[in-house]
Order: sequence, then C-alpha cells, then structure tokens
Amino acid sequence: MGEEIKVGCARPTGGPVGETVKSEDNGSVSKEKKEVTSMIRIGKKVPDFSAPAYHQGKFVSVKLSEYLGKWVVLCFYPGDFTFV
Amino acid sequence: MSIDSVFVHKMWNDKELSKMVEGGVPFPMLSDAGGKVGSVYGVYDEDAGVETRGRFIIDPEGVVQGFEVLTPPVGRNVSESFRQIHAFQHVRNTKGAEATPSGWRPGKVTLKPGPDLVGKVWEVWKTDMAFD
Repeated sequence: MGEEIKVGCARPTGGPVGETVKSEDNGSVSKEKKEVTSMIRIGKKVPDFSAPAYHQGKFVSVKLSEYLGKWVVLCFYPGDFTFV
Repeated sequence: MSIDSVFVHKMWNDKELSKMVEGGVPFPMLSDAGGKVGSVYGVYDEDAGVETRGRFIIDPEGVVQGFEVLTPPVGRNVSESFRQIHAFQHVRNTKGAEATPSGWRPGKVTLKPGPDLVGKVWEVWKTDMAFD
C-alpha cells in the first residue's frame, strides 16, 4: 500500500506515470498525443499513475503498479457529496 | 477517484460515508486534480470539469479485462461488477479452457470451447440461463 505523505498548504497532486511531458512549443504534437493517450483498450495494459489518496485516516500516495499481482477495480465518479 | 482533493475525501468519508458503511471506506479514495489521470482513461469530461462514472477491472498483470462508463445521474450495479470479476477469475484459473456464457455466476455451467462444441451450444446452454 502507498506510503504516507506529508501535507502542507499545497493540495497534493498526482498524474500519469512514465510519460514524458513535452513543452507546449508545438500545438499539433500535443493535440495528437492527447488523442492517443485517451484510448483504453480491453486486453491491453492500463496506463500507470500515481495519485494522492485518503485511506483509513491517513493521506497516502498510491501508485497503480504497486497493485500488480492483485485484481483491481478502479472507479471514477463525478464528485464527493454528489448524490448518486 | 475523483477531481476532489484528499481533504474533501476525508470530510466526505468521515462525515457522511462512514455513516453508511461501518468503519468508513475501506479502500484508498484517490484524488485526481485537473482530471489528468481521468483524461488518460477517457473518463474526464472537460466541459463539466468532472469525471464520469468509469469502472475498470484490471487483472494481476495490469491488463484491463473490462470497463463500463456511465453518465453521472445513473449509479452502477456493484453485484454485476463482482459477477464479472468472478467470471474473469474463473477463466483465468482454467487458463482459458473454459468460457462463461451470458448470465454466468459461480456454480453455473461453463462452456469448453473446441471442435466438439461447434453448433452444439444449444444442447448445453439454454437462453433461460441468461436470466435466472
């Protein structure tokens, strides 16, 4: 499981792992890249990511690849305190 | 995972969800500020600035076996997610020798794909079994 993170005033953030983020000097390249990365295919490996998380009273950092060897259900939802 | 911060996750868990589930949410509540991860997974709605109801089943190799994405007003069926996980696990345990037909649940008949089964599925599997 993820290691605990120190929390300051800045909101902790995460993101995709293993991608080199290119500078925005070429608009067409970044647009093309976006189309490629937005495709998830069944039967293919998922993109790795790390993200801050709240887990059982602690703030931790979670990396998807730490769960290799286990079945994982990854759920996205619109927002906390919404109704469904 | 949602675009909410871990601070909001804490409040939601501690003030509301822990009143629905004893001990609170047992798994990590992930924060995805700006929808960076959601964008990669194709579930970030840029217009609304939130993530849609995406659910991905990932096997021990990190391979996506299935996913479902719903718009915000309709909730998921958790039993169906469990059913699918059991089915994927069964297929994996048989190393692909067995397949699970529509409506399969643990204990129900599986299919063993091969030359002998071609054109004979109707003999071993009935459409009622998709619904019971």
